[in-house]
Amino acid sequence: MNSKAQKKSIWKTIGKSREASLVLVLIVLCVVVTIMNPTFMSIKNIGEIFRNNSLTMIMALGMLCVLLTGGIDISITSTLAFAGMTIGLLQKYDILHNTFLLFVIAMAIGIGCGVLNGVIISRGKVTPIICTMGFMYIWRGLAYVISNSSWASGADVAGYSDFGQSAGPYVILVVVYVVFFIMMKWTKFGRKIYAVGSNAEAARISGINVNNTLTAVYGIMGLLAGLAGALSVSVYASAQPNMQYGKEMDVIAACVIGGVSMSGGRGSVVGTFIGALIMAIIAKALPLIGIDSIAQNTIKGVIILVVVILNVITQRMMDKQNLERRAM
Amino acid sequence: MAEEVILELQNITKIFPGVKALDNVHFDLRRGEIHALMGENGAGKSTFIKVITGVHAAEEGKMILEGKEVHFRGPRDASDAGIAAVYQHPTSYPELSVAENIFIGHEKMKHGLIQWKVMNDEAAELLGRLDADFGPTEEMGALSVAQQQMVEIAKALSTNAKIVILDEPTASLTQNESQKLYKIVRQLRDHGVSVIFISHRFEDMYELASRVTVLRDSQYIGTYDVDKISNADLIKAMVGREISDMYPKPEVKIGDELLRIEGMSRTGFFKDVSLDVHEGEIIGMTGLVGAGRTETMESVCGITKPDAGKVFLQGKELHIHKPADAMKEGIILLPEDRQKQGLILSWGLNRNVTLPIQEELANHGFNDNRKENELSKKYLEEVDTKAVTIFEPASSLSGGNQQKVVVAKALAQSNMKVIIMDEPTKGVDVGAKAEIYGIMGELAKKGYGIIMISSEMPEILGMCDRIYVMCNGRVTGCLDRGEATQEGILTLSMENSAKHEHAETEAHS
Repeated sequence: MNSKAQKKSIWKTIGKSREASLVLVLIVLCVVVTIMNPTFMSIKNIGEIFRNNSLTMIMALGMLCVLLTGGIDISITSTLAFAGMTIGLLQKYDILHNTFLLFVIAMAIGIGCGVLNGVIISRGKVTPIICTMGFMYIWRGLAYVISNSSWASGADVAGYSDFGQSAGPYVILVVVYVVFFIMMKWTKFGRKIYAVGSNAEAARISGINVNNTLTAVYGIMGLLAGLAGALSVSVYASAQPNMQYGKEMDVIAACVIGGVSMSGGRGSVVGTFIGALIMAIIAKALPLIGIDSIAQNTIKGVIILVVVILNVITQRMMDKQNLERRAM
Repeated sequence: MAEEVILELQNITKIFPGVKALDNVHFDLRRGEIHALMGENGAGKSTFIKVITGVHAAEEGKMILEGKEVHFRGPRDASDAGIAAVYQHPTSYPELSVAENIFIGHEKMKHGLIQWKVMNDEAAELLGRLDADFGPTEEMGALSVAQQQMVEIAKALSTNAKIVILDEPTASLTQNESQKLYKIVRQLRDHGVSVIFISHRFEDMYELASRVTVLRDSQYIGTYDVDKISNADLIKAMVGREISDMYPKPEVKIGDELLRIEGMSRTGFFKDVSLDVHEGEIIGMTGLVGAGRTETMESVCGITKPDAGKVFLQGKELHIHKPADAMKEGIILLPEDRQKQGLILSWGLNRNVTLPIQEELANHGFNDNRKENELSKKYLEEVDTKAVTIFEPASSLSGGNQQKVVVAKALAQSNMKVIIMDEPTKGVDVGAKAEIYGIMGELAKKGYGIIMISSEMPEILGMCDRIYVMCNGRVTGCLDRGEATQEGILTLSMENSAKHEHAETEAHS
C-alpha cells in the first residue's frame, strides 16, 4: 500500500518535469548498454565521451538560446570550420603559436559571423533558416578558399594540440555550462531571451528591445561556434576545411531531445545537457554493443524520435495538469 | 412564430478529467427562433456548443433532433445533420479565396475536378444575400474580422444549415458592424433557420433573441423569455449574486493636464488627431473598428512611427521612438489582445508582472527573485486577481483575471501617469467587467489619467468623463459626459454615406 503510493508519486514527479523523464531515459540507456558490454562504464570511456562530444555540447548551448527565440542556426559548423581553418593556417604559416591568442581569434571570428546573422535576421527580417543557410555556404566556402583546399596537419598544429589532450576541454566544458546555467536561470538577459521566444510582441510592448536581444543571441551562438572551432583543431590535431561537416544537425538534435521547443520559449540548460549526453552515449555505445556502423544512423534516428515522442507526451501531461487547475 | 421544437437536449452531463464541465443541462430550440445562451466565462457555454456540434460526446443525456434521438460521433455528423457553427475567431484559411473558404470540405466537383465558375457564382449569390461589400475571389486574409464572419455565415448557408450557432460573433465588431450582423441574423430567422447565439453583450440579446438560456458553473439555471426577465434578474442568474452598480464611476476632481497630443498623423491610418487627458480623468475613444483609435495610441506609445504630430506630457514635449521611451515617461499601454500582446501565457504571473521592470529589478544583471515575488504579489492583490499562487502560468486564468494581471503589470511601473486601456473588457464576463470598471475608478481617484479605447457603447457612456469619437482616422467630435448619447456617438462615428445606411437599419427594426 505504502510502496504503491510512493511509486505513484515518482511517476507524478516524472510527469511534472521534462528533465526527470530525460534522466530516466539516460539511466535506462546506460544500464542496457552496460549489461550488454560492461566495459562501457569505465572512466576512460566516459572521459572520451565528453572529450569527443565537447564541441556538440558547447554549441548546443548556443543553439538552445537560438531555438528559444524561435529561430535556428544551421551555419554553425561552417563558422566553426572558417574559424578553425583560420587559426590552423596561422600556425601552418608560423604567424602565431600562442594557444590563448588563437582561441581568442577563433572566438572573435565566431562572434563576427554570429552578429552578422543576428543583424540580418532581426533588422532585415530574414527568416533564420534562410539567412543561416546562406552563411552556411559562405563560411564553408571561405574555409576552402583561404586554405586553398588543403589541411593544416598535426605537425603544423603541434604544441597547440597538447591543449586538446590535456584537461583543457573538460575545464572549458564545465565553465561554459556553469556560466550558461546561471545566465539562463538568474539573469535579466536570460529572462529576455525567454520573453522574446515566448511572445515577441508582448516583450516588445513591455519595453524589451527584441532586435538587440536577437542579435546578441546569434552573436553568442557564433562565439560558441568559434570556440568549438578552436577546440576542434586542438582535440583532433588538424584543421580541414570540411571539418564537422553536417554536425549542426547533431547539435539541433541534442537540443530537441533535451526538450527544447522548436517554436521557441521552452527549454533549459539542464535539458540541453542531458540531450547532448544522450546523443553522445548513443554514438559511443552503438559500436560497443556490436551494432554495425552502417546501421548506426538508423538506430540514432529511431532513438531521437522515441525520446521526442516521450517529450511530447510529458508536455501534454503538464499542459493537462494546468488545464485541470484552470477548470477548478 | 411556430412553436415546433427542432432541437432538444436533455440531462446533458459532460465530464473532463477532474471536472464536470456540464452538469445535467437542458436546452430546447424552436424552429425559426433566435435563442441566446448566456453565462460567465467558464460557465460551460463553449463545452455545451461543442456537444451540439459533435466535437465532444456527452457522458450522459439525450439529444433529439427533429424528433429523432441522434448520436454525433464527430463534427462531420453534426454538419451533415444541418448544424453549422460560426466561431468568435473565424477559423478560416487566410491564403485562400472567399469562395474557397465557403466551400471548403464540400467543393463543387464534377468528374473529380473543381468547378471554379460554379463555386464563384454560388458564393457571389450567397454574399449578395448577406449584403456583403466584397467579392468571392478576394483573399480571405485581406478581409476585416466582420467580413470574415460574414464568410463564415455564408459557409453555414452553403450547407443549407437548419441550425446556426454563433459563438460571440459581435466580440470583435463595432456598433455599426453589429447592426449589420443583427440584420443578417434576423434574415436567417425569417428563412426558418434556428439560431443559437452566445454573447456577453446584453445589447445583442435584447436586439435579437426571443428566449435566453443561462448556464452558471456548468449547471443549467433556467430558460427565460427575453421580454419577461429584467436585466437585474438576468445578471443575478448569470453571476449568482446581485451587482448593484455596473459602472462605479467615482466623482473625481479633474486635475492638471497630463497628456496632450497635437496633430498626430500616420498615412493610411489616422490624420491630424489631437486630444488631451487630465489627472483623474477617464476619456473614451470610440468609433468603428479601423477608425484609427488603436493605431493612434500605438504611435503615441512608440510602437509604430507617426509621420507627424507632437506629444506633450505635463506640458513638456516628448520624443518617443520605441515602447521603452513611452514607458520611461509613464505612458503605459494595455494592449487589446491580452494573449498576443499583453501576456506571456506560459509564464508565471509574477514574471509577467515584472517583465516591464526588469531593468530596475535586476541587481547587476541578476534577477532579484524575492523582490519580484513581493512586488508582483502586492500588485496582483491590489487588483484582486483570483489565482492560487503567483507562480501559476497566465494561461491558467480566465479572461477577466488575465486582464487584471495586465493591469497589475502597468501598476508595477511606479512612474505610471497615463494608462491607455485598449478594449479592456473584451471577452470578459459580466462579473469581471464590473470589477475592471471598479479598478478604473480607483485609478482615476489616485490621479492617473485614463484613456479607454472601446467599441462598447454602454461602458463608454458609463465610465468616461469625455468621449472622443473617431471616424476614418479623424477625430469627428468630443462629447462631455453630460451631453453624450448613443445616437450622438453613432452619428459622429459614421460618415455621411454611412448615416444613410444606419437610417435604413433602423427602418427595418
